[in-house]
Amino acid sequence: MLFGLHYRLERKATWFVLAIIAAASVGGIVEIAPLFTIHQTVEDAPQMRVYTPLEAAGRNIYIREGCYACHSQMIRTLRDEVERYGPYSLAVESKYDHPMLWGSKRTGPDLARVGEKYSDEWHVAHLINPRHLVPESVMPAYAWLNRTGLRTDDLGNHLRALRAVGVPYTDEMIANAASDAYGQAAPDTPFAEGVTKRYGEATTVRAFDGRPGELTEMDALVAYLQILGRLTDVASKPVAAAGR
Amino acid sequence: MIAQLTTSERQTALVLLTVLAMVGLTMAAAGRDDLLGVHGGLVMIAALAGIFGVISGYYAPEPAEERFNDYYDEPSKIGIILAMGWAAVGMFFGVWVAALLAWPDLTFDAGWSSFGRIRPVHTSGVIFGFGGNALIATSFYVLQRTSRARLPDQLSPLFVLFGYNLFCVLAATGYLMGITQSKEYAEPEWYADIWLVIVWVTYFVVYMRTLARRKEPHIYVANWYYLAFILVVAILHIVNNIAVPISLGAAKSYSIFSGVQDAMTQWWYGHNAVAFFLTAGFLGMMYYYLPKRAGRPIFSYRLSILSFWGITFFYMWAGSHHLHYTALPQWVQSLGMTFSVMLLVPSWSSAANALLTLNGAWHKVRDDATLRFMMVAAVFYGLTTFEGSFMAIRTVNSLSHYTDWTVGHVHAGALGWVAMITFGSIYASVPWLWKRETMYSPKLVEAHFWLAVSGTVVYVLAMWNSGIIQGLMWRTYNESGTLAYSFIESMVAMHPYYVARTLGGLLFLIGTLIGCYNIWMTIRTASLAAQQPELEPLTGSGAPVLQPGE
Repeated sequence: MLFGLHYRLERKATWFVLAIIAAASVGGIVEIAPLFTIHQTVEDAPQMRVYTPLEAAGRNIYIREGCYACHSQMIRTLRDEVERYGPYSLAVESKYDHPMLWGSKRTGPDLARVGEKYSDEWHVAHLINPRHLVPESVMPAYAWLNRTGLRTDDLGNHLRALRAVGVPYTDEMIANAASDAYGQAAPDTPFAEGVTKRYGEATTVRAFDGRPGELTEMDALVAYLQILGRLTDVASKPVAAAGR
Repeated sequence: MIAQLTTSERQTALVLLTVLAMVGLTMAAAGRDDLLGVHGGLVMIAALAGIFGVISGYYAPEPAEERFNDYYDEPSKIGIILAMGWAAVGMFFGVWVAALLAWPDLTFDAGWSSFGRIRPVHTSGVIFGFGGNALIATSFYVLQRTSRARLPDQLSPLFVLFGYNLFCVLAATGYLMGITQSKEYAEPEWYADIWLVIVWVTYFVVYMRTLARRKEPHIYVANWYYLAFILVVAILHIVNNIAVPISLGAAKSYSIFSGVQDAMTQWWYGHNAVAFFLTAGFLGMMYYYLPKRAGRPIFSYRLSILSFWGITFFYMWAGSHHLHYTALPQWVQSLGMTFSVMLLVPSWSSAANALLTLNGAWHKVRDDATLRFMMVAAVFYGLTTFEGSFMAIRTVNSLSHYTDWTVGHVHAGALGWVAMITFGSIYASVPWLWKRETMYSPKLVEAHFWLAVSGTVVYVLAMWNSGIIQGLMWRTYNESGTLAYSFIESMVAMHPYYVARTLGGLLFLIGTLIGCYNIWMTIRTASLAAQQPELEPLTGSGAPVLQPGE
């Protein structure tokens, strides 16, 4: 009977096309659509801050160099992972991540909570040549980041596009994006004050690559690595508090 | 190539290429401060080269009316050559990235040659360059023969083929410059994505117009799969790539999805890219070439209906098995796991249907390496889909996820299934298309077969071992209740397997290069033979039955 029906269906190209679209649509609609509406999907984190322009630029370098192919940013709810990397990741922690960088392969360790675990000097030396610090490492060397200046003139556009997709950047943040990027890596300058004013006192303002006057891609990437897992602290609070 | 276009098609081609050159110029001007400008220049150069090509053949005589008596195989021929070219490039980069994990300094002190940038050149090169071109080439071939209808015109199939390759070039060169969205198997940026939509819609239109002209009342099962491949890839591609560019003069864009919703969308895309690009399309190939080469009808019509709709319906639920134990709500994880396990039924139906078709033709499998490629592909398809369902079970996934086991699984599918069925189909098509009795050297086909099989086995065994060892080391506790191994210790343990994996990949690459040589020599001897007057009558694909004017 069903096969008889199919016998007729496969003679009609248009109906066949519609049948494929119908059959293939159900799964995605059922699984994806509710994620945008069900409140429990993403926890509340009222104190969570957005990435500074320098960190956002560093995140783009992390994407550009394909770091996500070997490093995950998603600690699973398994005992050994929590003991190795820290509290398991919550959905809210990546709510400003367009796109997410959870990753699916650990050729290197998870980085979801690597922020402030190592010093800036360690990161710079490690990125210039990982084997200087970890002789057995197979991570690529990224020495050229240290000699490439960071492009800042389009950072306002980046923040504006991020606001368009839902990240709450203010007009002031967008207008000062370039100078804030410079300021975050140049402590004790007037530019640095603007960063803490707009992104909070707890924002790290340091000469990440060790050279305050010179803004490099190394500055941006290290600034990003040092904020990983630290935009909000809900994950380290008891579950009841995090859910509220 | 141009000689086969009518004068009005040549004119249309010139108009289209001029528009494309203008678009390239606009991109180059708007993106002069950005990497977008480089791609604009590339688009313009490609369009100008096309214009030059059309003009140089513009005054060739028009194709004769007799063309309607024959199938239009030019796009299939060019597609097969391009597929083999991309295979060589993509697999070369694959061996390189594999070697980098064993010997990390085997590269230059420059961004373009860094692991993270050349890895997507490998993945896109083999999936989209090799696989995609093979799918386009064979789909046009199969569509015409199973419908007993010529493609609707001469220009639009070429537009699909060259447009698609422009997309592939934009993708690969973009990665080397650092242009990527970071979305797995969907790395190209917004402008390349828009271009692919245009190409893909044309592909669909060509398919439907040809089906509308078919002489067979029924649409053959291979075309169901090719149709599902075209349609669903379009849906996946559009939804997954919705993004806001930072400006119209810049390559960079931001995905409208973030965090957990993005994770689900990306794996809904990612897993169904596997399902509808790397499975459905290649099943279409199998359903035509395997019975044709074996000289046996498909074992069961009902089994093929069952497996087709099972695959089309179940696969779309399975993506969330990539996100077990993550911040994705558990009900979605459970749904993904359930449907992944159920997927075994339609998957094994297809594999069984293929292998049972060979009953009565096993002596051909023994003697004919081309058919053996297809047989081994069906076996690997069965093995990989079983492994996939197994790894989707949450507790198994807790061990396998994040490890090389996943990489081994992917390559069992990509090398053992996708590449093998493609090589089998290409080795079957080339003599048919270029009117030869056999390939230039059946011995080299045999050599390619054994290199491909041994390369796959070495690769997959190495990755199974490394993946399981890795997973176990990460979760091993010592007697005092603390983790037994540091991360770096697990990495050191991987070294011998990474060396073995590189070797396996190298074997596979050598096989591919032999295949390229063999195909090239077949084409060359074919064109030499064509110059001789005593040409043998057309063989292979059956006499065309079309009438002029159709």
